[in-house]
Formats: sequence, C-alpha cells, structure tokens
Amino acid sequence: MIEVKNLVKLYGDKRAVDDVTFTVQKGEVLGFLGQNGAGKSTTMNIITGYLSSTSGTVTIDGHEILEEPIEAKNRIGYLPEHPPLYLDMTVKDYLNFMFDLKKVKLPKKQHIEEICNIVKIADVFNRVIKNLSKGYRQRVGLAQALLGNPDVLILDEPTVGLDPKQMIEIRNLIKSLGERHTVILSSHILSEVQMICDRVIVINKGKLVADGTPDSLSQSMSTDHKLLVRVAGPQEEVKKLLAKIPGMQEVTMVGQRENGEVFDFSLEAEKGMDIRREVFKRLAERSWPLLGMRSSELSLEDIFLQLTAEDSASSDSGNGGNA
Amino acid sequence: MFAVLKRELSAYFSSPIGYIYLAVFYVFSGYFFFGVLYSNTTSLSNVFNGMFTIIMLLIPILTMRLMSEDLKNKTDQALLTAPISLLSLVLGKFLSALIVYCLGVAITLVYAIVIATFAQPDWTVVFGNVLGMLLLGAALIAIGMFISALTENQVIAAVGGFAVGFSLILVNSLSSLITVSWMQKFVSGLSFMERYDEFTNGILDISNVFFFISICAVFVFFTVRVFEKRRWS
Ligand SMILES: Nc1ncnc2c1ncn2[C@@H]1O[C@H](COP(=O)(O)OP(=O)(O)OP(=O)(O)O)[C@@H](O)[C@H]1O
Ligand SMILES: [Mg+2]
Repeated sequence: MIEVKNLVKLYGDKRAVDDVTFTVQKGEVLGFLGQNGAGKSTTMNIITGYLSSTSGTVTIDGHEILEEPIEAKNRIGYLPEHPPLYLDMTVKDYLNFMFDLKKVKLPKKQHIEEICNIVKIADVFNRVIKNLSKGYRQRVGLAQALLGNPDVLILDEPTVGLDPKQMIEIRNLIKSLGERHTVILSSHILSEVQMICDRVIVINKGKLVADGTPDSLSQSMSTDHKLLVRVAGPQEEVKKLLAKIPGMQEVTMVGQRENGEVFDFSLEAEKGMDIRREVFKRLAERSWPLLGMRSSELSLEDIFLQLTAEDSASSDSGNGGNA
Repeated sequence: MFAVLKRELSAYFSSPIGYIYLAVFYVFSGYFFFGVLYSNTTSLSNVFNGMFTIIMLLIPILTMRLMSEDLKNKTDQALLTAPISLLSLVLGKFLSALIVYCLGVAITLVYAIVIATFAQPDWTVVFGNVLGMLLLGAALIAIGMFISALTENQVIAAVGGFAVGFSLILVNSLSSLITVSWMQKFVSGLSFMERYDEFTNGILDISNVFFFISICAVFVFFTVRVFEKRRWS
C-alpha cells in the first residue's frame, strides 16, 4: 500500500532523513518511533506530498506522490504534528470546507455527522475552533484526516498534549480505525506504539535503526529478567533468600517505606530467565507478603541507547526483527 | 478551487478586513464623487484618477493575509496535501481577493447611475474606466499575493505591498527625470499610472489591457513557484 524507497531529505548539509526504506501492507498499523528531531515529521511530510524528498520515492497504492500527486493524495488522510485548523471557523464550517477541498464524493451532511460521532466532537460542532481545548482541536484534526474515508491515514503524534483519559480514548479510536485503514503513526511513547501497532519502525538521526513487530522488538531487548518487587519482611534475610534463586545475578535494595517494614528490591536474573513464579513461591514459604511486582520497563531512551550502540557496533544488527 | 475561494471570501467578512477595505474604498470614492457633482460635469474621470493612489494603498491590506496566514497557522499543510493542484489553490485565493475588490469597484457604477439621472454620461468611457480599475486591481492583487506567499508575517506582507505601491508611483516621476530616451521609454513602460490614466481618459488601448493581464499571469505563476520552491528547500 505504501512504499518508501531510499528516502533522503537534506536541509543544507543536514540529513534530516537518511536513506529510509520500508513498505506498509494494506490494513497494517505502523508505528514510527524516534526521539525529537529524529526525522519522523519530515518523513511523514514527504509521504503526504507536503515536502519533496531530495532523492528517493514514495508510492501510495501504485501512485508516485510527485508524479501523480492528485491520485496519491486522494488516498491519504493526514493529521500533521500541528493540526491545520482555521481557528476563526466553527467546527462545522471547517469540516465542510475540508470536505469540499478534498472533493469527497460521499453524502456530505451524513458523512460529516458520522465522522463527528466517531471522534466524539458532535457536542462542539457549532463552536468556533479558537475556543476549543487542545484535546478537542486534536480530534477535529483527526476528523479532518478521516474525511472521505481515505485508505491511508498518516498521524503525526496524535496523542501528544492530551490528558490520560483522552489519550486512551484516542488510542482505542486509532486501533479501531486500523481495522479499516492503513495507518502510520508517530510517537515518543513506546507503550503507546506497542498497544496500537502491528509493526514498529525506529528512526534515529534520520536513519532507520529497527523494523519489526513490537514483540520482536521487545524480545530483542527483553526486560522479563529484570524485576522490581516490594516485600514486607526483614531486609537482609529477604535479600539473602532472593539471591539464592537459581539464575539470579543481582539483588539490590532500592527503597524503604512504611516505617522500614517494607522494602523495594531490584532483581536481575540471567537473560531469558523468568523468575517471577520462583520469587513468589519462596516468599510465600516464609510468609513474607509480596506487595508488588513489575518488570522494570525499558524507556524509549534505553532502547535508543541499545539500538544506537548496536548500530555502531555492526551495521545491521539493529534490525531487531523482520517484517 | 471553489472550496478555497469560498472559504477565503467568508474569511474576509468574518474578520474586519473586508469591511475596512470596503469602508475606505467607499468613503474616498464618495469624496471624489462629490467633487464631481460640485463641478457640474458628467465625467467620472476624476473619481477614477483620484482612486489610483487609494487603490495602491488598499490592495496590500486585502492581500497581506492571503498566504501569510496559512503559513503562520500551518494550515498550508492541509491545503498542500489536499488532492488539488497548486495552481487552482493559488487561483482560488487570487479570485477571492479580486471579488472583494470588485465589491469596492461596483460603487462606481452606482455613481454613474446617479450621474445619469442628471445627464447621460458617456457610457463607453465609464466602462473603459471601470475596466481599467479592475485590471489595475487585479495586477496589484497578483503582486500582493506573491509578496504574501514569501513571508508568514502579515505585517511584512503589507509593508512589502505598500513599498511596491510607492515605487510604482515613484516610477512616474522618475521617468520624467530620465533623459536617455530608451531608458525613459522602458521605465514609463513599467508605469501603472500612465497606462491607467489612458483608461480614465477614455482611451482603450489593447496593449494596456494586455499589460495588466500579463502582470496577473506572471505573478500568479511566481506564487506557484514560491510554493514549489519551498517544498524542495
Ligand atoms: N525547515 C527546516 N530547515 C532546517 N532543518 C529542519 C527543518 N525542518 C526540520 N529540520 C531538521 O530536521 C530534523 C528532523 O526534524 P523532524 O521534525 O522530522 O523531527 P521529528 O522526528 O518529527 O521530531 P519531534 O519528535 O520533535 O517531532 C531536525 O533535526 C530538524 O532540526
Ligand atoms: Mg515531529
């Protein structure tokens, strides 16, 4: 559905996008991960035809974006990083305008109503966009992208600046949209991408450093062997007990709470070892209550450090999994 | 194109700009018109002559927001990723300003009808005048739109438009100072005022019509180029 080949974008001497190649199948939801300035927005702007690449091609459903721009753009709904809203228009006028601009050939009133219900903006339909909150503006931007039911949706950081409740709502919405559309979305948040996407691409300084399913990505950097546990019991004895678990490499006390009766430990076992059951069993035998357990999550920055370190070590070992 | 045209038109009248433009246009042309009434002639040429400078100053107000506003609010991302050609986008914007301009020019027809209740004016001259005013405005709008496409700052766009207006006025006095004949010919060839004056004097020279239309075409084309260039930068 989307074919990106050897994409390069130069700003002066700076390589904002550096030889990026990937394809997205019909119906796939692709996540775009990268730090600030990695080149996510630039890549998306090129895919949607807003910018032209220095070299390389983008093909949407067989139509090259520069050679057949109208055909290609017809198939794309785009929510840029900064939603392109006319602040002095009402939501209604704005969506009507975008409907006309995109030359959508569906029954107008009904289609706009339908989309307003999907993104839940029916209650602000007659308000001026200037007066809407950030979250609602984001939704209006999303509504605009959905007009005409395009096959491809390109969403640049769709959940940024939303409150947690709205964030979850929008994520669920995108996930359900993924059933009928081909979606590319960018994000800084690993868990978000893991939740929504079938496949993840990581870019760093304009270069593609990983391409795979969220599972393969996290497997290649599995964190199962790292645990954070909270136990009510005597510190030294608990520590000794946990250290005796087969495969355990390191036990460190990282915190103390509730008047010194409860301790947090960070456990590190051998790679690939799942020690969660063993930890529970041993503590239960001694009747020391296990108050909490979670795997210490890798932040995006951690993954980056790993990926970029691997990347410089050998040229393509950064490809955590295969598409 | 019509979607853009429609939105731009409604934007002119949902902000004060459209009304300010019309008010200023009507007030000044009305002032010149009363001058005509007092002088007991049926010739509206004085109105059209007087409006030249006013139009030079008013058009930048119409065109300053045309492209700059979109660049500033990033709404150009919606326009440029929509399945329409750059040319139809630019034409939509151009026509919206032209239509608002025409609403101003239309008042001169009212004046002509008022005059006609006293004595028949020379209608061919009146229409020549109106045509000249339309062509002058269209050319200036195209130039103003081009300037607006260069910057996301509306104030700069307006000041740039004024600067162009003033230099076009200056060109006239300049051409009378030049003694080298081919240079004088060239400079006065650029003069909007000389060509416009011929319209107001009732002379319909097809080369003048052609001149203004070419200016429109050239600057519409330049505006398209600005957007293409920005995409590649
Ligand atoms: N118009 C421009 N001129 C020069 N450099 C630019 C321009 N636009 C972007 N860049 C540079 O290109 C690089 C990639 O920018 P881009 O906006 O694509 O990053 P991003 O991955 O979207 O970052 P973020 O997470 O902050 O949105 C950055 O280093 C940026 O400074
Ligand atoms: Mg970005």
